[in-house]
Amino acid sequence: MPSNDQWLKIVTRASAVLAAGIVLLILGFLTRESAPALRELGIRPFFSDTSWHPRSGEFDLRPMIAATLVTSVGAILVAAPLAIGSAVFVHFYAPARLAVLHRRLVELLGGIPSVVFGLWGLVVLAPIVARLGGSGQNLFTATIVLGLMVLPTVALLSDSAIASVPREWIQGAAALGMQRWAIVWNVVLPAARGGIGAGVMLALTRALGETMAVLMLAGNIAAMPTSLLSPGRTLNANIALELGYASASHRSVLFVSGMILMLVVGVIVVGVTGRGGRAYAR
Amino acid sequence: MKSVLILLFTAVIACAGCASAYSVGNALPMDGHRAGRLTVTGSSTVAPLVTEIAKRFEQRHPGVRIDVQTGGSGKGITDTRVGVADIGMASRRLNPDETDLVAHPIAADGVGLIVHRSNPIEELSAERIVAIYTDEVNNWRDVGGDDRGITVVHKAEGRATLEVFLAHFNIDNTKVEADVLVGENEHAVKTVAGAIGAIGYVSIGTAEAAIEGGVPIRLLSLGGVEANTANIADGAFPMSRPLNLVTTDSPSPLALEFVRFCRSADVHDLIRAQYFVPRASDPDAEQ
Repeated sequence: MPSNDQWLKIVTRASAVLAAGIVLLILGFLTRESAPALRELGIRPFFSDTSWHPRSGEFDLRPMIAATLVTSVGAILVAAPLAIGSAVFVHFYAPARLAVLHRRLVELLGGIPSVVFGLWGLVVLAPIVARLGGSGQNLFTATIVLGLMVLPTVALLSDSAIASVPREWIQGAAALGMQRWAIVWNVVLPAARGGIGAGVMLALTRALGETMAVLMLAGNIAAMPTSLLSPGRTLNANIALELGYASASHRSVLFVSGMILMLVVGVIVVGVTGRGGRAYAR
Repeated sequence: MKSVLILLFTAVIACAGCASAYSVGNALPMDGHRAGRLTVTGSSTVAPLVTEIAKRFEQRHPGVRIDVQTGGSGKGITDTRVGVADIGMASRRLNPDETDLVAHPIAADGVGLIVHRSNPIEELSAERIVAIYTDEVNNWRDVGGDDRGITVVHKAEGRATLEVFLAHFNIDNTKVEADVLVGENEHAVKTVAGAIGAIGYVSIGTAEAAIEGGVPIRLLSLGGVEANTANIADGAFPMSRPLNLVTTDSPSPLALEFVRFCRSADVHDLIRAQYFVPRASDPDAEQ
């Protein structure tokens, strides 16, 4: 009989292998499914064709990469200030009861399914944006809703990051006669930077991966967006819209767009963790 | 002890096996003891109707589970072909390259153009519709309406509504310059309802149900014929189409029985409730 310690070792090792293995399996699957298209076309057409008409042999993915980046990064720009502000409010400004209520509400926001966000955007937000002209289904609407969707991720992780700042630091700063705002800005936020950064990262990858709400709100035109008010199609929406009916070669091209999405996420994760490595290490 | 259990278990399985073989052997609509699972995928136009029919079928055959999933007629056809689905739903005729499948029409529907309720336009000629969809006309003023930009709502490829629409007006899809691309009929209805200058095309059944529910859209006449269920029933409306169930040429007995049920007079009330048109007389539904 192995001891409890050995059991724990076996179980944790198995879970670690499984967790990492699934990513590799998915990567392998994506490679296998997109191989026929890449063999036949190479990588160039996806970045040099003039449009996306897979049935007529035009495979330009650039507009979709642009739309994916614009909506996701935009969502972070919408969500991060609100979320960090709300975390600071909960810890330093809110009365205890309100803080609890606020936290519960943010958690609730995190539990709303994406299709409900999409529906709300479609019937409430899009008609309002439509007053600016067009249908109201464009990158702007999608970005706003995406921002609201990822807000709880940033807010809750910032909240716990701020909570883990040592009390002595805050008390020390107060004893030095610093104002509350100065304590937040000069002591708490720098100390919580790692955790807040992790929240932003997680939110960014979630925004990049969101499909349903964006599909319902972004307009889905596969042309290079010229402004925030032009419609756009993200890589995910492209797969969701076309995979259902796609025949063999078209299907393979769609897996290439899945592959590129994965690459984009990979580059961002590696880039951000590389730069923020020191922050994580603290 | 263990081996006894295994023996018992095997015996039970074997009995279950002969029981199901027995009921399949008696594949008559009357036996009422069917069991099994059916997966139905495809057209978002047909899906709400088939979901209702499936509920009724499940009530009559408590052992049967029917899963209805949407994704467009193209998905229904692909899924049936590769065996992912037992039955596909297609809201158009089968194309010449789809003759490996069998179409079973269950009802008729039309594709109608919709605009926002506050849009004063009553009807558009075919040339104007083509001009709007190919971006030659960009303002309602130019086709006799208010001074307002036109938002063109188009469907994603693989959708039967799109194919019926393109074929009827003889438009090349690569020439279409749309402002919004949607998937399902409901998405198109909500998009048009939310944008005063929008024009789209959807299943007339879906549009009538939405209008009944107070959604601010209006169906346009086509070629002088009003877009409604009655005009589809007598064949007067030009852009109409069959709603089909699609199977391979050798479907399972359960699938076949469900298809028969969908084509029988027992479900005509459900078809009407969804604003579709039941098939007038159906001699082969009862065979």
